[in-house]
Amino acid sequence: MAERYSSFEPKGTRWFLQRLTAGFLVVVLAFHFMLLHFVHHAYEITFMGTQARMTQVGYFATMTLFLLTATFHGVNGVYNALVNQGLSGTRKTAVKYVLVGAGLVLTIQGVRVALAMTGMDVTL
Amino acid sequence: MSQSYDRGLIEDFGRWQEFSAGMWAWVLHKFTGWVLIGYLFTHIAVLSTAIPAATGDPAIYTGTLQSLEQLAIVRVLEVGLLSVAVFHILNGVRLLFVDLGVGLDTQDTSFYASLVLTGAIVVASVPTFISGAF
Repeated sequence: MAERYSSFEPKGTRWFLQRLTAGFLVVVLAFHFMLLHFVHHAYEITFMGTQARMTQVGYFATMTLFLLTATFHGVNGVYNALVNQGLSGTRKTAVKYVLVGAGLVLTIQGVRVALAMTGMDVTL
Repeated sequence: MSQSYDRGLIEDFGRWQEFSAGMWAWVLHKFTGWVLIGYLFTHIAVLSTAIPAATGDPAIYTGTLQSLEQLAIVRVLEVGLLSVAVFHILNGVRLLFVDLGVGLDTQDTSFYASLVLTGAIVVASVPTFISGAF
């Protein structure tokens, strides 16, 4: 019944991490939009300005954590949505590994981009 | 313990005229989530111009971003991105409260509030997002 219902009880690591990352993303996504559209206008973005922000340790750490949490939250969300649509069996396993792979590629490339934004040479 | 119940075939979007506020909240949260994860991949792809920029040609990054920002369609799409992001954030906060058992009896109202607030924030942001593009 609605009066007694609460889903905030142990339901596994992914379930909890989806909520934990959501709480973090609510704040950081709003901050990201505010900073790069209202404080700095998107059309004024330059590499020099980006580098100035990304060489600040706190900002770099926040943006890198933003990437990691957004990737997890998004990829896990897509997986959950597909399972909700009835995905099961071999296809479910295949989709899981495709999503894990896509998430890893996004994370690796995102970290390379973040490091390059500090001025580091990350060319392969 | 929570109780399970037969909610029918929720995947049948042909029933959309019968959808309740909760169903619309569910559909919109999924839709905006798909858009946001899709955009994240695109965003990192565009920002990857920072890699050659770091090794001596910052104009690749600056030029790419500023060229995109000169396109009116990009500005319009950014307003769309803002819309889905703001709704996903506000409805997400609502869902976190619901998970905590807060506001269970006012879920419809809080969903409508999410929609109205999203609309207000987006409308108020339009001048900033399109300035200089038209």
